[in-house]
Amino acid sequence: MTYAPGTADSAVSAVLAESVVQSVDWLAVAPPTIVAVAAVALLVADLFVPGRAKHLLGWGAVAALALSLLALLPLLDGDRGTFCLTGEPDVCSYTADRFALVVQFLVLAGALLAALLSVHDVRATRLPAGEFWFLLLASAAGAALLPAARDLATLVIALEVASLPAFALVGLRRGDRLSAEAALKFFLSSVTATAVMLLGVSFVYAAGGSLHLAHLAHLADGLAAAPERLETLAAAGVVLTLVGFAFKTAAVPFHFWVPDTYVGAPIPVAAYLSVVGKAVGFSGLILVAVLAFPAYDHVWGPAIAVLAALTMTAGNVAALRQRLDAPHSAVRLLAWSSVAQAGYLLVPIAAAGYADEPGRAVGATLSYALMYGVVNLGAFAVVAAVAAKGGRDSQGGRVTDYRGLAATRLPLALALAFFLINLAGLPPGIIGLFAKVAVLGAAVDAGLGWLGVVMAVNVVIGLYYYLKWTALLFRPAAPAAETATPVSTAGTTGGTGSAGPVAPAAPAGTLRPAGTAPLTAPLRGAIGLTAALGIALSGAPQLVLRFAGEALL
Amino acid sequence: MNQTAMQLVLAAIVVLPLLGALAALFPAPPGLKGKSPDQAVLRHGVTVTGAVFVLSVVLAAGFDHDADGPATMQAESDVSWIPALGIRLHLGVDGVSLPLLVLTALLTFLCAVYSYFTMPAGPSPRAFVALLLVLEGGMLATFAVLNLLLFFLAFEMVLIPMYFLIARWGGAGRGPAAWKFILYTLLGSVVMLLGLLLVGFKGGTFDMVALATDNGSGLTRTTQLIAVLAIGAGLAVKTPMWPLHSWLPDAHTAAPTVGSVLLAGVLLKMGTYGFVRILLPVAPDGMETYAPFLAAFGVTGILYGSLACLALARNGARGDLKRLIAYSSVGHMGFVLLGISTLTPTGVNGALFANIAHGLITGLLFFLVGALKERTGTTDLDALAGRTGAALYGSAPRLGALLAFGAVASLGLPGLAGFWGEMLTMFAAYDPAAGLSRPAYLVCMAVAGFGTLLTAAYLLVVVRRVCMGDRTAPGAGDRRPLGDVRRYEIAAWSPLVTLTVLAGLWPAALLGLTDPAVQKLLAGGS
Repeated sequence: MTYAPGTADSAVSAVLAESVVQSVDWLAVAPPTIVAVAAVALLVADLFVPGRAKHLLGWGAVAALALSLLALLPLLDGDRGTFCLTGEPDVCSYTADRFALVVQFLVLAGALLAALLSVHDVRATRLPAGEFWFLLLASAAGAALLPAARDLATLVIALEVASLPAFALVGLRRGDRLSAEAALKFFLSSVTATAVMLLGVSFVYAAGGSLHLAHLAHLADGLAAAPERLETLAAAGVVLTLVGFAFKTAAVPFHFWVPDTYVGAPIPVAAYLSVVGKAVGFSGLILVAVLAFPAYDHVWGPAIAVLAALTMTAGNVAALRQRLDAPHSAVRLLAWSSVAQAGYLLVPIAAAGYADEPGRAVGATLSYALMYGVVNLGAFAVVAAVAAKGGRDSQGGRVTDYRGLAATRLPLALALAFFLINLAGLPPGIIGLFAKVAVLGAAVDAGLGWLGVVMAVNVVIGLYYYLKWTALLFRPAAPAAETATPVSTAGTTGGTGSAGPVAPAAPAGTLRPAGTAPLTAPLRGAIGLTAALGIALSGAPQLVLRFAGEALL
Repeated sequence: MNQTAMQLVLAAIVVLPLLGALAALFPAPPGLKGKSPDQAVLRHGVTVTGAVFVLSVVLAAGFDHDADGPATMQAESDVSWIPALGIRLHLGVDGVSLPLLVLTALLTFLCAVYSYFTMPAGPSPRAFVALLLVLEGGMLATFAVLNLLLFFLAFEMVLIPMYFLIARWGGAGRGPAAWKFILYTLLGSVVMLLGLLLVGFKGGTFDMVALATDNGSGLTRTTQLIAVLAIGAGLAVKTPMWPLHSWLPDAHTAAPTVGSVLLAGVLLKMGTYGFVRILLPVAPDGMETYAPFLAAFGVTGILYGSLACLALARNGARGDLKRLIAYSSVGHMGFVLLGISTLTPTGVNGALFANIAHGLITGLLFFLVGALKERTGTTDLDALAGRTGAALYGSAPRLGALLAFGAVASLGLPGLAGFWGEMLTMFAAYDPAAGLSRPAYLVCMAVAGFGTLLTAAYLLVVVRRVCMGDRTAPGAGDRRPLGDVRRYEIAAWSPLVTLTVLAGLWPAALLGLTDPAVQKLLAGGS
């Protein structure tokens, strides 16, 4: 507009220049950008930092994540978009609206807590520091980009940026067979899902003629009138596109990788995957389903509802069948429980397919995810603390090892009990209860009564294993010579009960002596932070439940 | 008393136990150390529950008993808590909830006093007291809140403490019994939550008073039918209604004495209270449709409970006395359900009366059986009675007399509390609300009447086998002499005995409270 209308040539070049040169709202894109820049900076810094000072890299990562969280603050005043189409300033590739900000907060805060847990773990298990922090931050940057992405290409790229470093993170424990296997399983199933999703995206592009979610919604609305031949293609594209995100949330039938991957990965990475990985999945699912395919809600609504029912049931039943005295059963149980929780997260998204105001229905997912993020990271933090205490022997991490924790470490036991009861959704875990109420409310409101009943039954199944673990914490510790006792839960593996004051001799190679050594500051900080958050939210559930009552998209 | 003071008293009644539970976890402050940490924390429990009981008496004293007083919500406070879900901290009492509130505070206080002297065998008293106080907070909140989702929260709050009370301080078979209790009740209450959400969304509010005033006008018939089915299922598990009762005998048998007293005395009432407070006024059409079924299940429960008790009381059945009382609860709660299902003021008043009476009498009976177990080490009826009978009259006359008193009160002897509830219920079944099939209710009444006969039969058999007998008979010589009633036991039991007699002789005191409120609830808040 500043150009004077001169020759035809200059007019064309002006239009071209306008369409190529964009002004970027750096403030809007700051949160993912800060993390991404910090990732590269830490990788480079790793080359120059002497081995003794490597732990400073961890604190650098923590600081970067905290900074990016602060960068969310100036965005609260209103929606901002950037990378918009020149012709249509409403159609942007990156939008920092309330939905994006909430998910970014969840992702960055989750990554921050996972980083706090890792500070200890990276040193204790001698992971390569530079690589670890680079991968963690890179993945977090992708995860933070995804909820703000508003076109399919950006979504796919963000999903891959979030996923690819995660494969490496899982496999980072060099020389550990379990770790390599976990990474391979994770990688192969993830790549398959991505391939299927790309196929779906190409179908959608073919049928809709655009990659922008806003365009797709518009075109899909008019699709019935225009090319009728393409309707099947579009519907197939819609379903296939959802597959990739369903994989990231670990929905059935894409859930088999979860337990093995969580067990093989370092505990903080498992915690990261269980919260941030899921956030990536469900936010992508919400964006695609609600923003791009509102005209196909008769396709994805029932599909996600069935997926939700199957996922929660499969996760809970598997968790129920998990032997408590098997090696790594603590992490395995949390893994299966996270599958079940993913099912609950999907319920409001399915309800959005039936509701008049889909943007409002999905709010319950965000509320639930915020609650889940806090208490699940808390539970993983306690597991990490117990593992750090007992030494990482091959038999470690059994749920039966937690027996009698209340006698030796009361605060730790109380914290874990609180987190587990929140996951189960019973008072005194008030926030867990009301988050479930919000999710059930979304289902009932949308007329999905059957899904509500399925979820109700699942909540009862879930209670069984959560409460079993909780009750174990407060039972008197097994006598030191476990083999001699007829306690059935101690079972066949006996001999090396590592909970309690008498721990077995730590195998060579573990740095931390077993026993009741004090927790490191970051671990204590992570547990304290999540516990304080959980208690604060239980007193004022409105803090997260407000999202269940408003239209976010 | 002015309104603000009443509000504060009611809020304190709900909050004080929870604060007390928190405080119990910390070591006693200097000056309150007592003889030992255990003694200090048990005394802390007595203090807190005592304070709550005093407050509940103050509340009852300040309650407006005049003509229309009990029908209006009093001591009402209404504060927003979670606007996103429409949850407000809405508290209040009327004639329906006040007696239950006082009963709860009384029974918990007596339990705290009793366990101060005989702490049940198990881990540290610190956790015991904390759990007992959380339990009390949940029970009191159930009767004091006026928001559907808050009611659900309070309903759930009792689960975890009761689970641990049974699982950690209970008797034989406590593990499976505790699981059965919590899984059954949770399944019921989650289904109830679905119904509550449905009512809340379709009715536009979660406020019980507003919904009661609407009296179902905002809900379609289909919604009401689904809501009553879902909410009723949850409440019926808690009540418990036959055939959803099977968690109850195990839980009562395995629980420690204090746990059994509170389970039978208060927790069961939460179910029937929900029927009266929520379902009757909020979904009248739905209730009318299901009322005959409720009545049928109720009288089946009466019959089933008494027959099960008769079988347990038989010679050589190795029946457990606690289990027998538990089954008798199924029968008594059947009467309550029958009363509610008549949908008449008479029936609902009778049901509420039977509720209170059952709380007093069964609480007393569980205390007595607990004392018996403590003295003899068993509750097995055959082991107790031997060949001729346990001869409690001879060896511990006061204990025997109290047991006989509890038994005849439980079988509904006129002049004692158990009588009025059953009589009013059957009276109402003779003339149910318009629109209900009278012949069906007449059949129910006849069956219920037969049930009272059976009840009398088994309770008298129990009295015969436990209280009477030949002390000098062969085989009885090796029995240790039993200690008679101790002073703290008198302290813990005499309020229950007094109130049982008082409610039997002067039922108007209680009915005057409940009747105006019931009339209003049935008429839809007008």
